[in-house]
Amino acid sequence: MSQKPEKLIDKKGLRLDGRKPDELRPIKIEVGVLSNADGSAYIEQGKNKILAAVYGPKELHPKHMALPDRMVLRCRYHMAPFSVQERKSPAPSRREIELSKVIREAIEPAIFVEYYPRTATDVFVEVLQADGSTRCTSITAASLALADAGIPMRDLVVACSAGKVEDTIVLDLMDIEDKVGSADVPVAYMPNLGVITLLQMDGILTPEEFEKAVNLAIDGCKKIYAMQKEALKAKYVSVKEVEE
Amino acid sequence: MPTFFERRQIVTPGDLLAEGDYIAGENTYKEGNRIYAARIGLVEYEDKKVSVVALRAFYIPRVGDTVIGTVVEVGFSGWTVDINAPYLAMLRASDVLNRPFKPQKNDLTEVLDVGDLVVAKIVSYDRTHNPQLSVDEPGLGKITRGQIVKITPTKIPRVIGKKGSMISMIKQETGCHIILGHNGIILITGKSLEDEELAMMAIHKIEEESHTTGLTDRILQMIKKEKEKRGGS
Repeated sequence: MSQKPEKLIDKKGLRLDGRKPDELRPIKIEVGVLSNADGSAYIEQGKNKILAAVYGPKELHPKHMALPDRMVLRCRYHMAPFSVQERKSPAPSRREIELSKVIREAIEPAIFVEYYPRTATDVFVEVLQADGSTRCTSITAASLALADAGIPMRDLVVACSAGKVEDTIVLDLMDIEDKVGSADVPVAYMPNLGVITLLQMDGILTPEEFEKAVNLAIDGCKKIYAMQKEALKAKYVSVKEVEE
Repeated sequence: MPTFFERRQIVTPGDLLAEGDYIAGENTYKEGNRIYAARIGLVEYEDKKVSVVALRAFYIPRVGDTVIGTVVEVGFSGWTVDINAPYLAMLRASDVLNRPFKPQKNDLTEVLDVGDLVVAKIVSYDRTHNPQLSVDEPGLGKITRGQIVKITPTKIPRVIGKKGSMISMIKQETGCHIILGHNGIILITGKSLEDEELAMMAIHKIEEESHTTGLTDRILQMIKKEKEKRGGS
């Protein structure tokens, strides 16, 4: 499985899983899946399976960590030991701690943190199965869980990656494309406001390629955004039906 | 000055609700002259005001609200009360006892202990201070009997109904005394357990069907039906 395949893109221009370069993986989203959390969301994007849960806002302990002018957002990204091929130690790794920070900073601009001073909100992201671009999928799920918890937000945050595989700019990288390909650009975006909240790059791209990748990722975000809204409304669809 | 949704349509955070000379109401925010939704809910357009009736929200204290809370801590000069909000509320002993007291002499646990439920009013609250409670009015104080129902705080106005039509109907039909906490906790005290259960049923039905029209009549019918069933058996 971890052997390097000869070609990531075949003669017809299709990728290993048969996708076109600008095609997303199939996505399934569900909101409000956990009854003990204030808000929750579950997302499947290709082989990625990610669960997000939100608790709060609530009183912050220890108290000295509370901020007098805004809410503290805490985020924990964690990969289950069975989420990857080789068992992963359940202890938080350097990478997971960094991703926790990255996800927190990507969703914080969307939240009205200044409305609830001296409180804290916890976001837990649990990766059950990983197959590339988990940080993007996590951000998409976390922002849905926040909306489900009833926390006021400027917009939903969506994230999607783009990258370069064998001289082609492709959308929504999976694990093998991320590892073998030459560049990966994850982008988090608030579509209604047109604001980018996360932009990273791993690898080498020319300025033209970079611009192309970012625009491709933003287009992908917009597609996921529609699905995200649909999933959030689906929880309350009975509300609408009874009304009509 | 366009609006982008029909009245009572479901919206999600970030949806552009209106553009132009409008006022941002509850659960919305304004950026320039555009008004966006901040929570998932049903949009309402009233004259110039655009607001969203939230489907999911939590309780934020407001001065003057009646709340029902649980004592979580007994201190030297008062109690800490959980009022189902992001902030813990304080209840001062001197306000409850209505007389000067000495921490050395009086044992506060005799008045209110951890786990006791209280009906109280919020007398002060702002961004920098946790809410202060008072029980200085008739009807407020320790709860000794009755049933507690917890619902989503955003649905309390629906339980009250237009000019109190819903709540007064339930009170009349079940003969129960009902105290609505703005924090989503409701106290029902009736003559018998059956009466209390009937009122609880009605409130749960309101919570489930809060978004439908003609609800007061349907609740009335449901209560009458239940009464008949019980009267017959």
